[in-house]
Amino acid sequence: MSTTMHQHGGIGESIKRKEDARFLRGKGNYIDDLTLPGMLHMAILRSPHAHARIKSVDTSAAAAKPGVIAVVTGELMAQHKLAWMPTLSYDTQAVLATDKVRFQGQEVAAVVAETKYQAEDARDAIVVDYEILPAVISPDGAKAEGAPVIRNEKEGQKDNHIYHWESGDQAKTQAAFAKAHKVVRLHTFYPRCHPAPLETCGCVADVNPATGKATIYMTSQAPHAIRTVFALVTGLPEQNIRVVSPDIGGGFGNKVPVYPGYVVATAASLLIGRPVKWIEDRSENLISTGFARDFHMTGDLAVDEKGKITALRAHLDSDNGAFFSDAQPSKFKAGLFHIVTGSYDIPTAHITADGYYTNKAPGGVAYRCSFRVTEASYLIERLVTNAALELGLDQAEFRMNNFIQPEQFPYTSATGWIYDSGDYPKAMQVALDKLGYEELRKDAEARRKKGEVTGIGIASFTEVVGAGHGADFDILGLRMFDSAELRVHPTGKAMLRMGTKSQGQGHETTFAQIVAEELGIPAADVAVEEGDTDTAPYGLGTYASRSTPVAGAATAMVSRKLRDKARKLAAHLLEAAEEDLTWERGKFYVKGSPDRAKTIQEIAFAAYTNLPEGMEAGLEGVHYYDPPNMTYPFGTYAVVVDIDKGTGQVKVKRMVAVDDCGVRINPMIVEGQIHGGLTEGFGIAFMELITFDSDGNCIGSNFMDYLIPTAWETPKFEIGETVTPSPHHPLGAKGVGESATVGSPAAYVNAVIDALSPYGITNIDMPVTSDKVWAALRSKGVTE
Amino acid sequence: MKVTMRVNGAERTGDVEPRVLLVDFLRTNLALTGTHVGCDTTSCGACTVLLDGDPVKSCTVLAVQADGRDVKTVEGLAQGGALSPVQVGFHEEHGLQCGFCTPGMMMVGTALLENNPNPSEEQIRWAISGNICRCTGYMNIVKAIQHAAKLQQAAAAAPSQGAAVPAGGGE
Repeated sequence: MSTTMHQHGGIGESIKRKEDARFLRGKGNYIDDLTLPGMLHMAILRSPHAHARIKSVDTSAAAAKPGVIAVVTGELMAQHKLAWMPTLSYDTQAVLATDKVRFQGQEVAAVVAETKYQAEDARDAIVVDYEILPAVISPDGAKAEGAPVIRNEKEGQKDNHIYHWESGDQAKTQAAFAKAHKVVRLHTFYPRCHPAPLETCGCVADVNPATGKATIYMTSQAPHAIRTVFALVTGLPEQNIRVVSPDIGGGFGNKVPVYPGYVVATAASLLIGRPVKWIEDRSENLISTGFARDFHMTGDLAVDEKGKITALRAHLDSDNGAFFSDAQPSKFKAGLFHIVTGSYDIPTAHITADGYYTNKAPGGVAYRCSFRVTEASYLIERLVTNAALELGLDQAEFRMNNFIQPEQFPYTSATGWIYDSGDYPKAMQVALDKLGYEELRKDAEARRKKGEVTGIGIASFTEVVGAGHGADFDILGLRMFDSAELRVHPTGKAMLRMGTKSQGQGHETTFAQIVAEELGIPAADVAVEEGDTDTAPYGLGTYASRSTPVAGAATAMVSRKLRDKARKLAAHLLEAAEEDLTWERGKFYVKGSPDRAKTIQEIAFAAYTNLPEGMEAGLEGVHYYDPPNMTYPFGTYAVVVDIDKGTGQVKVKRMVAVDDCGVRINPMIVEGQIHGGLTEGFGIAFMELITFDSDGNCIGSNFMDYLIPTAWETPKFEIGETVTPSPHHPLGAKGVGESATVGSPAAYVNAVIDALSPYGITNIDMPVTSDKVWAALRSKGVTE
Repeated sequence: MKVTMRVNGAERTGDVEPRVLLVDFLRTNLALTGTHVGCDTTSCGACTVLLDGDPVKSCTVLAVQADGRDVKTVEGLAQGGALSPVQVGFHEEHGLQCGFCTPGMMMVGTALLENNPNPSEEQIRWAISGNICRCTGYMNIVKAIQHAAKLQQAAAAAPSQGAAVPAGGGE
């Protein structure tokens, strides 16, 4: 550690993380670690049924249990006009059910008691009489004639359809398909999975009965947006609401939405006048909070005689659960699925999507991805591999032949999106070289001749991250800018606050490094704080890989603002003209006289002690950054698998990941993010599944059923990089948190399909489990 | 029921219901919140502590079962302000991100190195396979434990040097 003590910590340095000091000692401050004087505990009663009418709720036995302070029902919430709340997708969601329950795990009532054990005991004493209704568990079921109308409480809602969405040019695409040499079709289901951060969601709501100030400590990736939503929902004045996100034990999108538990705990604290803590258990987290994916996708690629892709069309049926509460920019019903043309120069595309209510948990979130980019990337990368296999072409060569070329940037895609930058062939070549692709191909052919089942999969994904620009991207009307406030103290140490919120990404280190680079104060001297809406400037939060693209840019811009003022101060101190000063990281000196210099620390002191006539005191500033465009990180992932014919077991032998996220601020942290994303991608590809039986019972409601990769099955990763700076980001950075989860599932599955293609197997839906592979091989007559 | 146990070297007592879990006793009664709860089903390992030196998942041990025994939690790793070799390894090799699984991982790593000072990568992966990490992909956790093994070996070879690291941990 001593070797790192004196590093400056600018951009590109893998300095060790500042936040580690508390986490290593067990001194993190997660939500469940918080205890306030007089604090009560809340437990939520959830529906055991997927779809049922509530006939009665009897709370008398529960209310009589020891330690119970209050039992909250939907009826009580309705009296305060809080039985329903708005969602992030302009729908409504029940806070506590009043009329019927619409998914298993839905919130029905809550008990507030002196201890957690007492709250749970009393919760189990609430008696609810249900009339069970038929459950709808898929879009096909939702569409079926005579299907029960799940949202019958909504005026004008006669069926289970939520939205229809289209993008691209239908006529042009149809014409291209009419002329196609070959049409390759893939129908695939990207199943429901769950971000499952190791820390579940929870809050401590503390409404002060004397002042009316509501302080809500909660696991939120977007505390400012939550504050505004709370103000709008409850009618409380926004200055009387303080949302504090403490240390967060992983988010991955799960901690973006507003969940009923937060609302009930806050209402309970308001009514009782004491702080109320609510912490989900793991099953509650898995069965009721923001899931991901659940997209049924059909895609077609048109290919000409020369192996060029000439058109893409796709249709999606989206399973949104009981309430349309997807956490995504409000103008984008199917998220950013527009990126489905991927890294390829496809002249025309047409995509349609329909969303459906089902009796499943609501809250489609982007599990470590930027709003449905994962589903889009998966579809195109699977289609491209299938096309290559069907045409008898090499997967890598087919991709190279269809890539958008470096000189085509900025590139306007067939769905109208402007890709800022990219060099796809280069990233692909680095990956192929690292893999030793040609040798491996030959080796695979030889082994296949001996009857072995082996394959190589490639995915050359491109992402679209860093929302917004604010004109197109908003959450409930709030433009998706972000912010940074920088205060340089008289002693030259600094405090940086942002509108984002780290959940493990290392913001306290990375953002200090941006200040270190731009203003010359060593990273060790820059404290970074996020998550407290009373102190941090307004921002839209951390998700969709937007922290570095947006708040990182704001940090660079505010640092430059302060540097401009520092120049004026330095000119005053050095008695020189501003234009005669040269900036070198950490100091200004007079051109040609490096000895006549003032360090940023000396300048900071002067900002409070020795100002030129007429200058405002202090060295502080704030910047709100509204990006001109999204950023487009990309890369190529390549996977080698062996498959055991006898058991269907897939063994990932190698995983090579080449990422281009533009300029890397802390390469160590970037690589750590990639490792994590590749592992979650591996989990999604092979293990993680939230599914339902025909009655709507959730299978995958605990970590014995919802399988997360451990160190034992997780492959080792071989990491590579290329650097194509974003032309519009002040630092050239693009964001990286999600690339690996977006890009890797298709690479893993493509490897399996490549291995199975000699047997005529063209698709297995995720998770690709041994039993599915075994059954696919047996269906083609393959035995040991 | 009255329970008495040695926690991080000090005798601690408490009056608990028989059903109280060890993890709740540690977190609520003793305010040792470094031990976390991630799943309630013995699956994730975030709650791992050492009971008489062996790693156990404290969400599946009753407080009364620890009566009269020795418990070590993450708060007991650093000695006199100096991080333990495993803690140093996690910092140096970037073996943690959100930090939620970290205490459990470090307790398992500590127990492993106690029994096997020079584990292979496979042995490390097997040892931590009862602990879930959602952030790191495990590669750097493996490296962190290897790093700690090297530090311990160096300390054993030159006992006067030790593996002491100043308090403050970060930069």
